[in-house]
Amino acid sequence: MMVQGRLVAWTVGLAALVALPFVYRDPYHLHILVLILIWSFAYTSWSMMGRFGLVSLGHGGFMGIGAYVTALLWNHMGLSPWIGIPISMVAAGVLALIVGYPCFRFRITGHYFVLVTLALSGIVLQVITATRDYTGGSLGYTPSRTSGNKLLALQFDDKTTWYLIALGVWLVGIIVWHLIDRSMSRYALEAISEDEDAAAAAGVNVTAEKLKITLISALMTALAGAIYCQYQMFITPDTVSGIAVSLQMVFAAIVGGLFVSLGPTVGAVITILLAETLRIGFGTRAVGWDNLVYGVLLVLFIIFLPKGILGSVLDRLKPQRKVPRAHEQEAVQIARPGA
Amino acid sequence: MQAFLDIFDVYLLEAVINGILLGGVLALLALGLNLIFGVIDVTWICYAELVMIGMYAMYFMVQYYGLSYFIAAPFTIMLVAILGAALHYLVIAPLLTAPPINQLLATGGVLFVLQSFATVAFGIDFRNLGIRLPVLAFGEMNFSYARLLSFLAALVGMIAVYLFMTRTFTGTAIRAISQDRQIMALMGVDTRRIYLVTSALGGALAGLAACLLVLQYDVHPFVGLSFGPITFLICVLGGLGNFIGGFIAAFVFAEIISLGGLFSDLEWGYVLAFAFFIVMMFIRPAGLFARRR
Repeated sequence: MMVQGRLVAWTVGLAALVALPFVYRDPYHLHILVLILIWSFAYTSWSMMGRFGLVSLGHGGFMGIGAYVTALLWNHMGLSPWIGIPISMVAAGVLALIVGYPCFRFRITGHYFVLVTLALSGIVLQVITATRDYTGGSLGYTPSRTSGNKLLALQFDDKTTWYLIALGVWLVGIIVWHLIDRSMSRYALEAISEDEDAAAAAGVNVTAEKLKITLISALMTALAGAIYCQYQMFITPDTVSGIAVSLQMVFAAIVGGLFVSLGPTVGAVITILLAETLRIGFGTRAVGWDNLVYGVLLVLFIIFLPKGILGSVLDRLKPQRKVPRAHEQEAVQIARPGA
Repeated sequence: MQAFLDIFDVYLLEAVINGILLGGVLALLALGLNLIFGVIDVTWICYAELVMIGMYAMYFMVQYYGLSYFIAAPFTIMLVAILGAALHYLVIAPLLTAPPINQLLATGGVLFVLQSFATVAFGIDFRNLGIRLPVLAFGEMNFSYARLLSFLAALVGMIAVYLFMTRTFTGTAIRAISQDRQIMALMGVDTRRIYLVTSALGGALAGLAACLLVLQYDVHPFVGLSFGPITFLICVLGGLGNFIGGFIAAFVFAEIISLGGLFSDLEWGYVLAFAFFIVMMFIRPAGLFARRR
């Protein structure tokens, strides 16, 4: 019953989302929706690692690779994004493996892992800035407009197409999230995040499990970067790579809720709506205010609501589970029949 | 050809010496961060942003209120020390029992706050003190006076911290706590007070670094991002919480940046430093000078 009800809710919700651009055509609102979907996808990718205690600040780097490799291949070699995006994803995946394998093999965890990944996004940002002859440096980069087939170049002018693409990509992200949620890897990774040595002793291949989730996460983040680049047709090192972007992912995922599938999406909705509202309400005077609010919220959330908005709401809605406790009591009584 | 080589060698020597001078300031930054990490077991991701606030404080005191540099500096150090203590009291203290990652991310939030506060309050213009210190010519090599001064001040600061840590009761307590958190509380040391003192001391070091950096660099809200990551890498490379390791790693990094910048753009110096760091993590995961298990 419960599963069916949930399935119906998902189907109805999706149908409504697909139908939306055909009913409602305001380009600005569609633009905001596309941005929300793309960033939701990126945040979801991050949360796949983050929920298992693998806090990475290197995802800005993966996103930057996705965006820049795709655009560079298109501009300099005329390679269609249909080929360029897979190449960029492979590039990000290889980088993730190169950095991830030694990290996991040598048990670099906690602060150390965060700081190593921080170095990674630092490198990507500096490389993009340093190779300014090709990438335009910090001034940004624009994939050249195609004169030929728009489908081949993955450049569309109307927002409806982009909305549907972004929706599809986002949906893939959510599905992957659920697949991992149902898989054995989830239990393995949860065990690892609780106690690595105990998990290893129990027969979990710690390095392989961590690498797997890191690879999936990096591939998806690169895809998010490439889609963002194709949609916006303008990228700068600061908007798609670097530490600020990495922190932005962490922030949105945590505010929305790290441990539920739609949490990062809720985070994206909140952050982007907040930024847009401030921008429209205050114009150029709003520069900086959105980040100020983000920062304060992030601190408050981590202190008072570490499960995020959606996570906390779902916890409230769920009936308090007393079953395990009662079970324990029984077990105790069985163990001590005299008591 | 010979003439070319001569010039080249002079440049090389100049780069090496400039690297050492840069290393002094980096070592000072790393020392503050290491102190916080070693004692409280927290990484302040926003450490460089505290330095940025200090640089703004210097700028306003010197440029707007016309204070002399040497009067403004102690005020700045005090201000950033208070900021550091406030950061601990407001953000870290409520999270002390939370998973360590949460503390790190909370300071990430503070990074956003400080950066955007500076954007909102001071705008995104680049500002500088307008103090032009002379350039020291030594043979054919030129050294900026500001760098030399920073290096010396950083050395003095580090020696002062060393004396404080080894010769005073509070310093001894701080070192003891970094060795064993639980036992020291049982020995009658007020850990909360020690944490607060340590945070203030870490802040003061950030303030000192701000006073020195403002001589060399323009201040803008995002200036922290240009040396923040490097500072973290230095601390990790030296082994988080390992003072000596951080000190040496600072000079290693500074030389890589300086020499890399000599052969190509400055960014490539940074890229080299980052890459070196990642390679080193594979060879010595627990830091350059960790004892082998």
